[in-house]
Amino acid sequence: MMHLKETELCLGLPGGGGHNQEEPLKITGKRGFSETTHLKLNFVQPNESSSSSSDVSKDTTTTLYVKSPPAKAQVVGWPPVRNHRKNVIGGKRKTEEARLVKVSMDGAPYLRKVDLKMYKSYQQLSDALANMFCSFTTGNDGRQGMMTELMKESRLMDLLNSSEYVPSYEDKDGDWMLVGDVPWQMFVDSCKRLRIMKGSDAIGLAPRAMEKCRNS
Amino acid sequence: MSEDDGGCGGAGKSRNSGEYFTPYPDQVLENVLENVLVFLKSRRDRNAVSLVCKSWYRAEAYTRSDLFIGNCYAVAPRRVTDRFKRVRSVSVKGKPRFADFSLLPPDWGAHFRPWVSAMATAYRALEKIYLKRMSITDDDLAVIAHSFPNFKELVLVCCEDFGTSGLAVVVSECRSLRVLELIEDDVSDDEVDWISCFPPEGTTNLESLSFDCVESPINFEALERLVARSPLLKKLRLNRHVSIGQLQRLIFRSPQLTHLGTGSFAPLEIAGQQQVDNREPDYGSAFAACRSIVCLSGFREISPEHLPAIFPVSANLTSLNLSYANIDADQLRPVIRHCHKLQALDSICDEGLQMVADSCKDLRELRIFPIDGSENIEGPVSEVGLLAISIGCRKLQSVLYFCQQMTNAAVIAMSKNCPDLVVFRLCIIDRYRPDHVTGEPMDEGFGAIVKNCKKLTRLAVSGLLTDRAFSYIGQYGKLVRTLSVAFNGESDIGLKYILEGCTNLQKLEIRDSPFGDSALWSGLHHFYNMRFVWMSSCRVTRQGCTNVARQLPRLVVEVFRGDGVEGGERGDFMDTLYMYRSLDGPRTDAPQFVKIL
Repeated sequence: MMHLKETELCLGLPGGGGHNQEEPLKITGKRGFSETTHLKLNFVQPNESSSSSSDVSKDTTTTLYVKSPPAKAQVVGWPPVRNHRKNVIGGKRKTEEARLVKVSMDGAPYLRKVDLKMYKSYQQLSDALANMFCSFTTGNDGRQGMMTELMKESRLMDLLNSSEYVPSYEDKDGDWMLVGDVPWQMFVDSCKRLRIMKGSDAIGLAPRAMEKCRNS
Repeated sequence: MSEDDGGCGGAGKSRNSGEYFTPYPDQVLENVLENVLVFLKSRRDRNAVSLVCKSWYRAEAYTRSDLFIGNCYAVAPRRVTDRFKRVRSVSVKGKPRFADFSLLPPDWGAHFRPWVSAMATAYRALEKIYLKRMSITDDDLAVIAHSFPNFKELVLVCCEDFGTSGLAVVVSECRSLRVLELIEDDVSDDEVDWISCFPPEGTTNLESLSFDCVESPINFEALERLVARSPLLKKLRLNRHVSIGQLQRLIFRSPQLTHLGTGSFAPLEIAGQQQVDNREPDYGSAFAACRSIVCLSGFREISPEHLPAIFPVSANLTSLNLSYANIDADQLRPVIRHCHKLQALDSICDEGLQMVADSCKDLRELRIFPIDGSENIEGPVSEVGLLAISIGCRKLQSVLYFCQQMTNAAVIAMSKNCPDLVVFRLCIIDRYRPDHVTGEPMDEGFGAIVKNCKKLTRLAVSGLLTDRAFSYIGQYGKLVRTLSVAFNGESDIGLKYILEGCTNLQKLEIRDSPFGDSALWSGLHHFYNMRFVWMSSCRVTRQGCTNVARQLPRLVVEVFRGDGVEGGERGDFMDTLYMYRSLDGPRTDAPQFVKIL
């Protein structure tokens, strides 16, 4: 199974889990509030549920007020967004969980879409892709896991030099990578689209993959 | 129905046609006046006219064709139909706004039934009905369909208790129907194919059809045929069951559209399965054919890669609502860049506000909604967006801005950069939040708004506020008509400042704020001038509310609990107080849990 090989094929860093760098820090983090405010008094972070200290101290000389807010449990009707909008946005989150990506294959007349959330491993994805495009693949390996094959160094070189197909994907940063480089979940999170390209075209993507094969 | 005995010229009613018939009045002066008053549209002016003398009162009553009832319980339907005889258009508003946020128990009231019953006999020539936050049933819709032969326009906003059955009756029987707009209503799915119920033959008079809130699937073929034979159709707002491919077909059929709600803006079949429509048509060509589109909304399930399809029309847009579209700043940028004529924008993306500020110099209205409803998510730094907007969009008149945190500096800057603001509603979702840079309350920010924005009529405050904020509002907010307060304030003095200072205050809605009986008492001189006062989870007691009710006999003082449990109190205080003036005394349709003091 692909995921067992994740230590072999990490993203750049030796050893495991190089993905900490990858994820852009979208959230500014709670530090933003407590670090930038010059609070003289101990302010309970809004997210902390400890509302034991509920002194409402008002210092008339400074303009600073401390009021420990009630524990931020769900309050009815807050924030003031109409139910209709809440339902829509809530519903949206469900559809967001589908990770739809376009899949194109060199030489195929149409592109397809797959929901990456439907698969749990590279093997499953590989099978699905093979089924989708089996009428277009020329290789005998069409039905076997393309990715599995890819990961054996010897096979990799052969594949890349042949006219057989190699799956690649565009990640969040816009870089084209060989499928199989990273742990499955990370792939699902960062993959924007898939392209099944001819092996010979994928040579440029190979060096990193090759390096990892060697490092293992 | 008896003939009106007013003066020499009674207004007769013909039951058979949808027209009014007036015998020629004897009094020349009244006749002249009537001809002049026909041109007077503003209801405030008309109210003033009616106070001059009896004859002016009568003339005004004959010539008023548009009726606006701001609170359905302020006056009984019969009183209205007795006074105004030649009404063609009626607007009625029902529940207080906090009902939108589940603070009003179901079955509280605001029934349209008594109104439609009175109007069915009194206003045979009625053409338009506009309802907001009313309860209207399928039977009521049937009464509309059967009673008004010339009926042309039905607009329902935030209404409920009807379904697709009622819609079917309206569209099949109202042959002159021009406008059917359903906006954020709760429409039950009766599994009736109402779209097919439009008259099957010939062209329709339809100018506007909005059903984006109807959650049930639509018969697309019937819709397509309907659109094809509606040459006057200018506004079309689809629900999320219309796919982008279907939208494309509709647009090709009606390139004259000016306002479009796009439905889902997603393909019909979303893959995951192997069978999928692989062809990706050029959706942009459809939009390119629609040179007149100025208003776009919908995008209910948009896949971001389809957004570029709207590029051909972006330069013409004056209004864009992307608030249901989960797209980020990068995806928004290519669209906004071209929207130089944009005057109104609805979005959830506050990260992209700099580019809005750069591109949309004509912006008048901005509404930024939260991405999700929860409180504890630290979002991007939001005051930056507000500041950018205030610098770039100097013509702003109306702002609704949800954020997790804010600074006084940004709000003050907005007050100075956008002096034309009429509506300023800032909602800092994280309750009791002070200025996140200085740690100070948000008093100065809101103070600057009321001080510098001299045309301000509507204000919603949030964040950590002290009595000082309210003293500013009372001192400077002389034109403020609507004020919303939630989880704010320090003491009774705050509310006193408001009630004593805001001489034009009409609508006051307060929740979860520490205002009590003495503050309430200080508003006695003003409550008759207001449309309503709402106070929930505050500190008013039963005795305090009773005292007010005794002092002001024409004020209807309702108390109840937001969860519908009888009794009205929660702990020591009244859970919810809702009071409003009424010419006809307390309503008779109040449910069990409502106590009228």
